[in-house]
Amino acid sequence: MIALVSALGAVAVITGLLVFTVDSMARATFLLLASFVAVAVVLIAFGLGYLGTVVILMMTTEMMIMVVFMVMLMMNPAGLMPMTMVHNRRGSWAIALVVFGLLTAGVWLVPFPTSGPAPGPDPTAALGDALMGGQMLTMMTLGLALLATIVGTVAVAVSRR
Amino acid sequence: MTAGERPSTPVVETLRLLGTQRRRTPADDPALARIGLVALPVAAVLALAVVPLGDRAPVDLDVGVVWFNAMEVVAWFAVWVFGWGPNAATTLAGGYRVLPLGLAYELPHMFAIITPAIAAGSLSPTAIAAAQQDLWYVVWMPAAFLLYLLSVAAMAFWGPFAAPLGRDLAGGAAAEHAGLDRLLLLAGRWMLLTAAAAMAVPLFLGGGAPPPITGPDPFPGLPVLWFAVKLVVVLGLLLALRRAVPMLRMARFATLSWVVLLPLAVAQSLVVTLVVLA
Repeated sequence: MIALVSALGAVAVITGLLVFTVDSMARATFLLLASFVAVAVVLIAFGLGYLGTVVILMMTTEMMIMVVFMVMLMMNPAGLMPMTMVHNRRGSWAIALVVFGLLTAGVWLVPFPTSGPAPGPDPTAALGDALMGGQMLTMMTLGLALLATIVGTVAVAVSRR
Repeated sequence: MTAGERPSTPVVETLRLLGTQRRRTPADDPALARIGLVALPVAAVLALAVVPLGDRAPVDLDVGVVWFNAMEVVAWFAVWVFGWGPNAATTLAGGYRVLPLGLAYELPHMFAIITPAIAAGSLSPTAIAAAQQDLWYVVWMPAAFLLYLLSVAAMAFWGPFAAPLGRDLAGGAAAEHAGLDRLLLLAGRWMLLTAAAAMAVPLFLGGGAPPPITGPDPFPGLPVLWFAVKLVVVLGLLLALRRAVPMLRMARFATLSWVVLLPLAVAQSLVVTLVVLA
């Protein structure tokens, strides 16, 4: 189990790094998706079946929606020309090092909880309750408002044509 | 099967494709295209793995409905990437067509598959099938069933939704794939359609249980048989859809989907939720 999770973690990190070495939009999309799917399988291996499955679902859809945005915004919309995945190298290095430093400091400075009570029979429900339990009304209202906004926007955009 | 095809056509075509060479185009990306071509049948098998064939699924996953949906969207990626791979205009345009198609069908599809899950109070296809002892869900959520049929045809980019492989693009995303590549593509699409049709049985048609009107089960202990009969019926409905509806333009289907199908799907799940809560 630990070997499987470690291997998947290595896959996630390596494919994540490779995203920035390839010169093709489609290869970068595939590698990023592979990285996310490896993380999702780690979640499933931890017993969080729902979360892991939803990560696969969301990330695959999200990659494809990202392609739509690439078509809309990129100068090379079809993605057939070779391209570089890195821009503004100095700024990226600075941001990456600062974030890495902060996260590493956080790992050592934040007191991690020692083993608390045993997990319940349904960790997904427990996590959902911890995240949204007190805010359920807000989340439901927000979700409905968001859906109505999406449908309304599409309806307006469609009737303009 | 369309007009002019014989029952032997699939076998002949399979053998012909197995004997044909693959095709390469200049400056292509065969590795990536192959990943897409293989992903299609693999996703279909992984989707079918959680469908109860009879009374139990090969892999009885408690979040089977979500898993099924996750494997379905892999088809978007597959079509886009094997359309992109050959570095040719028609296949590229065909691959891109799967994106408006997916954005149009996916939300009604999600509502259609989540409605039986709401009624059964479970995301496990086995539990959903078992919850239909008294009344099949197709009877009291017909809109969700119709939306499911439409959206699975779109998911397999098949019939009226075959624009990604459209004749107006000389074959679209499949145009440059020959031999084993083409066999994987076409077989993967049929497998996806069959897996989706199989999922309709536990979601809407009571799984492996006999129809409620027959009284005692004339074939007791054979849920696989009832499953197969229902699967054939669903596939027949999908074939009838292909005969009845011409190929849709993506923009027109997107309008139809967002203006008619999505509100219908929301209304259907709202009705079911209210009945469950009452």
